[in-house]
Amino acid sequence: MIEIVSPERCTGCNICVSACPTQVFEVVPGGIPRIARQSDCQTCFMCELYCPTDALYVAPVADHAVTVAEEGTEVRQWIGSYRRAVGWGKDRQPTAALDASFELLRRAH
Amino acid sequence: MAQRGLSSPLLSDAAGQQQIETDVLVIGGGPAGAWAAIAAAARGASVTLVEKGFCGTSGATAPSGTGLWHVPRDAAAREKAKASRYAMGGELAEHAWMDRVLEQTWLNTETLTEWGYPFPIDTEGQLQRTSLQGPEYMRLMRKKVKESGARILDHSPALELLTDENGDVAGATGITRTTGETWVARAGAVVITTGGCAFLSRALGCNVLTGDGYLLGAEVGAELSGMEFSNAYGLGPSFSSVTKSLFYNWATFYDRDGVAIEGAGSSRGRSVIARTLQTQPVFACLDRADAEIRAWMRHAQPNFFVSFDRQGIDPFKDHFPVALRLEGTVRGTGGLHVIGDDCATSVPGLYAAGDAATRELICGAFTGGGSHNAAWAMSSGFWAGAGAADFSRGARSLAKRRLHRAGTAGIQEGGVPAWDPEELVRAVQAEVFPYERNWTRRADLLEDSLQRLDAQWARVRHASAPSLQQAVRAREAVAMLATSRWMYRSALQRTETRGMARRQDHAGLDLGQRHRLVSGGLDEVWVRPQTVRQPVNLDLERLAA
Repeated sequence: MIEIVSPERCTGCNICVSACPTQVFEVVPGGIPRIARQSDCQTCFMCELYCPTDALYVAPVADHAVTVAEEGTEVRQWIGSYRRAVGWGKDRQPTAALDASFELLRRAH
Repeated sequence: MAQRGLSSPLLSDAAGQQQIETDVLVIGGGPAGAWAAIAAAARGASVTLVEKGFCGTSGATAPSGTGLWHVPRDAAAREKAKASRYAMGGELAEHAWMDRVLEQTWLNTETLTEWGYPFPIDTEGQLQRTSLQGPEYMRLMRKKVKESGARILDHSPALELLTDENGDVAGATGITRTTGETWVARAGAVVITTGGCAFLSRALGCNVLTGDGYLLGAEVGAELSGMEFSNAYGLGPSFSSVTKSLFYNWATFYDRDGVAIEGAGSSRGRSVIARTLQTQPVFACLDRADAEIRAWMRHAQPNFFVSFDRQGIDPFKDHFPVALRLEGTVRGTGGLHVIGDDCATSVPGLYAAGDAATRELICGAFTGGGSHNAAWAMSSGFWAGAGAADFSRGARSLAKRRLHRAGTAGIQEGGVPAWDPEELVRAVQAEVFPYERNWTRRADLLEDSLQRLDAQWARVRHASAPSLQQAVRAREAVAMLATSRWMYRSALQRTETRGMARRQDHAGLDLGQRHRLVSGGLDEVWVRPQTVRQPVNLDLERLAA
């Protein structure tokens, strides 16, 4: 589930409020969005892809909230990792062009 | 066509803080809805697409990598492709539909290529178009929907359909969640592309898929088909939302002592996993993937590894616990019954596409998951959008029609107040999640569940929404409840094992039941068999086999 909106990285653009398919975030006038309905988060990681400053961290545990610290190793190491892997963002190329599913599909079954 | 005995109050002219008039209303903004909007706009219709979440991120496709049933225009290759799931699907697919879907998917994939979707190129320099990366695909589709002139309303779930005095579908009402405003859309035709029902199991991208369109359709008298093919479960790490069955082809499954579980596997051995999980945890390790396979996996679905990386698990070395998450009709094949090549339902003005519609036509009783569903979404969406545009041209002027509200269960005006949608969600999940009830079914447990599910229906049937804020969750809960009743009543009627419809008390295939089960109804759920259209050359095929 979504765990962190980083006050240091977030610019308050509120793209995540729009992009989240389950309305987890809420606009805070004059501030950065807050996680208003964490239990509705479906751990789809889409908010991370749409965040232009890598300010969001989704813990991979789907069924309940977990405690992760913004300054902890896990977050420092992995925040932004999904957007990087998909190749979205300035000066990156979408990695869809490298999609090797066809190689796997040929060899499966 | 409205349900007997249900009140369908007249829509007042003042209803809806936001009033919309449109030729075609598309409900649901996943791949099927996007293709429907584009196809309808291409026929000159004005189009409004309403999406419960955000068109581009919402639904099962956006966060995933998905296979695509894309087969070149080569007769032998297409025959082989058609045969691949035909027997596994219990021979309920239809050759004419498979041919059409293969061709339309081929055409739409050409379009995607022209639009700049970055399909990979293999070592021989050939474009490879048998898979799509969800985030990339749906970002592109959103852009193309907008360019088509269609209007998108995000975070704007439909709550009920509207019908005219003839019972033709003529719009919908809903709410925009970001503002709390109600909307009313008067439309010449409506396309339902709301996806399947995964019962809020938290499978990747599936929590917006609660069977909403089945309920909307059933309330105006639309029929469903194949609802017994609704017990697909996705395989993944037990802690994670990410189900990716393909990768587990390279897995070994272990018990807690590290001993391999005999017969357990991703596809054919999944029953063994389901059975074992009833009594003890099951662990997986992708220890059959060599370096090349591992590298390909990284680029085939990046978020598969996000889950492991962030938990400090090496899936190629460590044994991690796995679970099966119910994906219901998302990877099953049941859905709204379509009666025409344009994906019309039995109700005039109402069309269905994608996972909201039955996929038995191309995969029968076997899972539509991955490639077939993706091909079906782009094909059926395209046809439904065009069909709805043509229908809307013949519809009478929108302003002249007196419209009735078809939404009833759980949002009755002046109905019984004070019920808790979350409690209903949990009650439905308790009947449909357990492997012993739903993976393999048996008559006594189906009847046992149906008794409680019917009682829940009687309880919320005449209820009003707890509050405007809770109206959406209330309708989701009621849609899940209605879906579970069509599903278990159909399962009870199929007294055999065909494809994913497994019966413990009827373990074999019964040649006499090679038919569809069409279902519907709300207070009284009904199920009836319907003949499968036979191919002309069936006898020749049998001889050749």
